[in-house]
Amino acid sequence: MIEIKNLSKKFGDTKVLDDISFSVKKGEILGFLGPNGAGKSTTMKIITDFWAPTSGSVEVDGIVVRENSIETRKKIGYLPETVPLYEDMLVIEYLKFVAEVRGISKKNIKNRIKEVVESCKLREVLRKPIDELSKGYRQRVGIAQAIMHEPDILILDEPTTGLDPKQIIEIRNLIKEIGKEKTVIFSTHILSEVSATCDRVVIINKGKIVSEGTPAEILERTEAKKKKSIVVEISGDEKSVLDEIRNIRGVESARVNDEITLEDAFLELTK
Amino acid sequence: MNKEYFKTIYILFKKELMGYFNSPIAYIFIGTFLIVGNWLFFKSFFLIGQTNIRPYFDLLPWMFLFLAPALTMRLWAEEKKSGTIEFLLTIPVTDWQVVLAKFFGSLVFLIVTLLLSITLPITVAGLGNMDIGPVIGGYISSIFLGGAYLSIGLFISSLTKNQIIAFVLGLSACFAMFMIGADFALIGAPKFLVPVMKFFGFGNHFYSMAKGVIDSIDVIYYMSFIALFLWFNTRVIQSREWK
Repeated sequence: MIEIKNLSKKFGDTKVLDDISFSVKKGEILGFLGPNGAGKSTTMKIITDFWAPTSGSVEVDGIVVRENSIETRKKIGYLPETVPLYEDMLVIEYLKFVAEVRGISKKNIKNRIKEVVESCKLREVLRKPIDELSKGYRQRVGIAQAIMHEPDILILDEPTTGLDPKQIIEIRNLIKEIGKEKTVIFSTHILSEVSATCDRVVIINKGKIVSEGTPAEILERTEAKKKKSIVVEISGDEKSVLDEIRNIRGVESARVNDEITLEDAFLELTK
Repeated sequence: MNKEYFKTIYILFKKELMGYFNSPIAYIFIGTFLIVGNWLFFKSFFLIGQTNIRPYFDLLPWMFLFLAPALTMRLWAEEKKSGTIEFLLTIPVTDWQVVLAKFFGSLVFLIVTLLLSITLPITVAGLGNMDIGPVIGGYISSIFLGGAYLSIGLFISSLTKNQIIAFVLGLSACFAMFMIGADFALIGAPKFLVPVMKFFGFGNHFYSMAKGVIDSIDVIYYMSFIALFLWFNTRVIQSREWK
């Protein structure tokens, strides 16, 4: 579906992307992982033809982006990292504009907006000006914009940054839902997000691809995985059990693990 | 170039025009234009005591000098500042479609404003006999001049993120283009340049048209000028190398 071949991008003397190649298959959810400034956004801007690459090429569905970007843009829905929206429009005005400019026919426009509003849960804010929306709603309007024309490919640049854990889960589920039929590339710098949603992961650092594969494969390859742990349920006195375990051959350490994550607690409280 | 092509321009154009009316800028713009225009005109009208509309159209280039850059300053600068340009240039539209939509959006707004000043010639006509030729010529001439100013302003807005810079530079550039053929600018100029400067300045084209003489050379001049600056505009957008 998407072929990225030997992509490089230079700004002056700084190389932001250095000879990157990977491909995304149809119907796949690809997580694009890497620290801030690794080149994730740059790659996405090149796929969407906002920027031109210094060298290399991107093919979408067999069409070279630089040669016929009007065609490739039609297949792509894109949410930029900054979630740019026209602030002085009402949400409904904006969605209508997006639907029209995306070429949805007059008789389908109402229905399609309804569907998108439904799946992004925007009903309550339809009549609000965009500059009065909360971060979570902005993000959802941004996603609504990206899926409006039912694109084959969805490119989401850090769709969950700045959201609270509940909203993060919602957006993740939305991505999973969309990803059932569509090809999705989304970037993040949160590891757990990737394992929760993605079929495949590309990890990028300083403009180069450092690892690629399913989340399980990547974990398998990392050093941390070589140490294994066993979870034991106990009753009675912890201390004596621990002492007992420590005596077993091959055990490096034993400790009581009673932490639940903050995320779990938050979800419990905000249910 | 087919129906779809122009339909997309129309959709973008509607958004641009709506943009003016969604913010207070439209009402401030129209209000200022009508009040200042009427006041400056009627201030001397009763002193002179002639039913002559010409002084109004002599004023217009000076008022447009401020108002046209005010209309165009945000068109690109704001898209860049807020990042919406990344949305606008990744949907399936060409650079030309966007530039044309922005240009005609501002032009239609300017024309609407101009037409609201129709009360002025009507008042004058009510006070005595008035020649209709210069009124029509004046309006047509003003629309062409306004279009040329807007094309400069739009181009300059694409060079910066800052609306104030876009306004000030736009005003300066429009002023330079208007004055380049004026008598005092020609005094110091080398002899061989005088006819060139006379031709390229907006002033001469404007005043000859405003008299009611619509010469095809003036129309062609304005059209090519506007086309040239819109083309510059698409080049800047295409290069993506703005600040």
